[in-house]
Amino acid sequence: MSNSPKMTRRQFVTVIGAALSSFIGAVIGLPAIGYLLSPALEKQQGESWIPLGPLEKYPINQPTLFTFTRTKKHGWEKTVTSYGVFVLRTSETQVRVFSNVCTHLSCRVNWKPDVQEYICPCHDGHFAIDGSIISGPQPRPLDEYEIKIEDGNLFIFLKET
Amino acid sequence: MFRRLFQWLDERLGLTTIHDVVLDRKVPKVNWWFTLGSASLFLFLLQGITGIFLTVYYVPSPDHAYDSVQYIMNEVRFGWLIRGIHHWGASLMVLVVFIHMLRTFFFAAYKYPRELTWLSGVVLLLATLGMGFTGYLLPWNQRSYWATTVGTEIAGTVPLVGPFILSVLRGGSELSAITLARFFAVHIWFLPALIAATIGLHLYLVIRLGISHIPDESD
Ligand code: HEM
Ligand code: FES
Repeated sequence: MSNSPKMTRRQFVTVIGAALSSFIGAVIGLPAIGYLLSPALEKQQGESWIPLGPLEKYPINQPTLFTFTRTKKHGWEKTVTSYGVFVLRTSETQVRVFSNVCTHLSCRVNWKPDVQEYICPCHDGHFAIDGSIISGPQPRPLDEYEIKIEDGNLFIFLKET
Repeated sequence: MFRRLFQWLDERLGLTTIHDVVLDRKVPKVNWWFTLGSASLFLFLLQGITGIFLTVYYVPSPDHAYDSVQYIMNEVRFGWLIRGIHHWGASLMVLVVFIHMLRTFFFAAYKYPRELTWLSGVVLLLATLGMGFTGYLLPWNQRSYWATTVGTEIAGTVPLVGPFILSVLRGGSELSAITLARFFAVHIWFLPALIAATIGLHLYLVIRLGISHIPDESD
């Protein structure tokens, strides 16, 4: 045994030890990564039409804030998320709906009737009544929702990611 | 390249010395029973690691404890594996530590000069049992609730100070959110810190005094 040509007993034990340790490390280590990332890998997509009530209750050419909440399951708890949208009725039959989430870093914009602009309080982003950029750091106009009108009632299409 | 890096580090950190003292020390002829201490150490580390991972999702509150454990088991990827290892590792650790104690007892390894190794071992055994006791409550299911009710009740039967011990353990007269929170704190902070420090002392003594040999006819 002691004059084995290739490997000493000590080397053999070292190699086996290292191999076993790596194996145990991998068996625990790799699942552990999946374990930590798990919630980020969950795809919780929901799509639904949200009713915003009769179209005629919205004044023409005056953005009106409509708020609603959605409940989503996060792990062991239900989380209520609030949404705010600006309904801009442009004529008797036509309407556009904008998200109030600033396209810069997600603060909520407010409609300022005196200057006729949406203004974001966080970094002074200004948007025009149709959501387009006037000034500020925001990269794109306010996001717009797909809409439909059924029996005089307004709906928006909400995609949750 | 690596050799030079290693030499640079070794000169400053004394890696070779640490290796020689800790791993290359002289031991008498021993058998498999002598591996149980190392097995205890391995299990302690394993419990530590899986325990840290469990705290990523576990919530020590009566409203959420049970549901968060269900979430770990059913929805988190490999949650069943991490909790499973922690669950079975806990029982195995108590078993292994206990047999390690029996082996040092039957081989008379607790005698001069290893009394302190034995005494620190007693602390380790009690702390390990404490880990089991406090950990059992955390899933907050029927079994843990009633096991802790009974366990704390038993502690309450101590003459004179019993009722006081009972209310310290429970943090009040009944099991409540306070009980769960303090069991959690003891389970993840107080006892692991105590065990880690005591293992340090235990191993220092093992290395300093060397391993005792298997008793033979001359003993
Ligand atoms: C977390 C628990 C424990 C760990 C990690 C641990 C670790 C170790 C290790 C690695 C050794 C080296 C030799 C061997 O493995 O046999 C050792 C030796 C020893 N342990 Fe422990 N131990 C623990 C609990 C205990 C308990 C509960 C007792 C007894 C009450 C104890 C008493 C001893 C004694 C007396 C020795 C010296 C043995 C000799 O010199 O032959 N240990 N321990
Ligand atoms: S978040 Fe609106 S301007 Fe920065």
